[in-house]
Amino acid sequence: MNEIVDILISASFWAAILRIASPLIFATMGELICERAGVLNLGIEGIMVMGAFAGWIAVYAGLPLWGGVAVAMLSGMAFGLIHAVLTVPFGLSQHVVGIGITLIATSSAYYAYRLSLPEVTSPPRIEPFQPVDIPGLSDIPFIGTALFSQTPLTYFAFFTVLVVAFVLYRTPLGLALRAVGENPSAVEAQGLSVTALRMGAVIVGSGLMAVGGAFLTLSAFSSFFFEMVNGRGWICIALVVFGAWSPSKAMMGALLFAGFDALQVRLQQTSFGAMVPYQVFLMIPYILSILALVLMSRRANVPAALMVPYNRGER
Amino acid sequence: MRLEAIANPTLARSIGLPVLALVATFVVGGMLAMLAGANPLLTFGLILKGAAGSKFALLETLNRATPLIFTGLAVAVAFRARLWNIGAEAQLYAGALVTILIGTKLALPGVVLIPLMGIGALVAGGLVLLGPVLLKTRLGVDEVVTTLLLNFIMLLVISMLLEGPLKDPMGMGWPKSEAIPRDARLPRLVEGLRLHWGFGIAILSAIVVWVIQTRTTLGYEIRAVGLNAAAARFAGIPVGKVMIKTALLSGGLAALAGFSEVAGLRGTLTLDLSPGFGYTGIVVAMLALLNPLGVVVSAIFVAGIFVGADGMSRAAEVPTYIADILLATALLFMVLAILLTKFRVLRG
Repeated sequence: MNEIVDILISASFWAAILRIASPLIFATMGELICERAGVLNLGIEGIMVMGAFAGWIAVYAGLPLWGGVAVAMLSGMAFGLIHAVLTVPFGLSQHVVGIGITLIATSSAYYAYRLSLPEVTSPPRIEPFQPVDIPGLSDIPFIGTALFSQTPLTYFAFFTVLVVAFVLYRTPLGLALRAVGENPSAVEAQGLSVTALRMGAVIVGSGLMAVGGAFLTLSAFSSFFFEMVNGRGWICIALVVFGAWSPSKAMMGALLFAGFDALQVRLQQTSFGAMVPYQVFLMIPYILSILALVLMSRRANVPAALMVPYNRGER
Repeated sequence: MRLEAIANPTLARSIGLPVLALVATFVVGGMLAMLAGANPLLTFGLILKGAAGSKFALLETLNRATPLIFTGLAVAVAFRARLWNIGAEAQLYAGALVTILIGTKLALPGVVLIPLMGIGALVAGGLVLLGPVLLKTRLGVDEVVTTLLLNFIMLLVISMLLEGPLKDPMGMGWPKSEAIPRDARLPRLVEGLRLHWGFGIAILSAIVVWVIQTRTTLGYEIRAVGLNAAAARFAGIPVGKVMIKTALLSGGLAALAGFSEVAGLRGTLTLDLSPGFGYTGIVVAMLALLNPLGVVVSAIFVAGIFVGADGMSRAAEVPTYIADILLATALLFMVLAILLTKFRVLRG
């Protein structure tokens, strides 16, 4: 028991939560934008792999870190464009296309990795984002080190939530985006293009997913290796449901989830953890995701037109 | 742009477009090979040679196709009912696990063990998919995410068992199970050739699934639920029950891939039993247009690309991941081509 208390009162634990939550927040916001516009994007897992690779290789090739973030975002948007074209104007199955995008983005990243570094046995490291203290706030005892001594991408993740929430609920564009996921015919009747809105949402959302992937290589691990995304994309899809398609609730979900993840890593090192196989701890994130889906299933306010393709002139 | 249904698509359209999709895939593949500094035609030649250039290569392709037929069938059965089973990987490992448990823990003669392992795997795989399907039909939880997440959970369960109770004490510290006895292995199809009875069972399964789909009430109900679940319910079809039967069949088929790999090829259970057979099954099923007999052909084609790419990358400087890109590209081009056989694109 004392060991758990020790974990909970350590600033590094709380700092870790924000760090673990950051990639999830980017990708969850990306998926949320897609789904609010009515398109399920199962390309998320592969797009995160691509973003992780593209951002890292760009920095390895000499670009500044923020340049790497931009390259990752563009790579995600490119795969988002393919997803958007196939699912929006052509109205193909969002499940099948999404899985296809995940397969093609993952294998393209691996192919490009082998092509660019044929000789290496272990991937080279880059100089990642360093923690930046926020003047004034980071000097607050405990809270300062826990919350205000993070890498720039973490601050950027939380800023993204604000932007997504502001655009969705406070701008005409956001109104149109939400409407297109609920009642596309009504949006069309207003003289707006359902196709353009949905495609735009998928492309921008995919860009954010890729930034989530890039966080792993540019901020967390400083090199790229296979399987590094490891189901985080699928977890983000569960987080969108858990957050009832609301940016702030989804962010809280990501933080809660990251909390459990940070806790399980630390529990493994306690005397209690030594008695339990480590795989049990590694399973917790996936089991929690399923539990989250089950808990929210009864009261989820799914966008009414989610996964319903829109073909003009058809009713 | 807008889509308009074509009442009577011409034969040229129905066949030409899917062929065009395959051609387009290989054009993309050619460009990828050029990116790696290789000659595209030479690369494809090497892939073909690696897949079917010798008796050994051809048998290797059929061996690799065996688990893909099972997972392809599993996906085809499920997708037909619009049950998005992305968890064939987990069901495969469940089948492999039960095969190992029965094969190593029960001291019975081989003739008894083999059918016991097969049936055990079938049941285990069905049960693994039953959970997500019950969550879907009872609570409306999307099965895509739950089946995907179960893949990760199942691999960790296997890893835990292989480092714990199932660990082979003679395994030199590797996470590997004990081997099932010799007489409980699936025999070779033809003596002296490296192709086991798993392939035969896979072909039989494809025929059985085809009969179920085209000649039985269940097959009719599965199609009705897939085409329009609301209409099927209105017509008096018990949608929930059909979903459960579909799940048991689909999960069971995927688990047979695990049974066949363990009892036919490996003899033991390790964590690298499946290099993504479950996920590749989706590509196999889609390329076969969800037709069970087509799954056999498409599984052999897909296996050929993988086996061929392995051989090719040893000779040319093109990474094997080109096979994965080719197949994902084929999947996307194919779903688009099939749509365009039924709809034409209008401007404005």
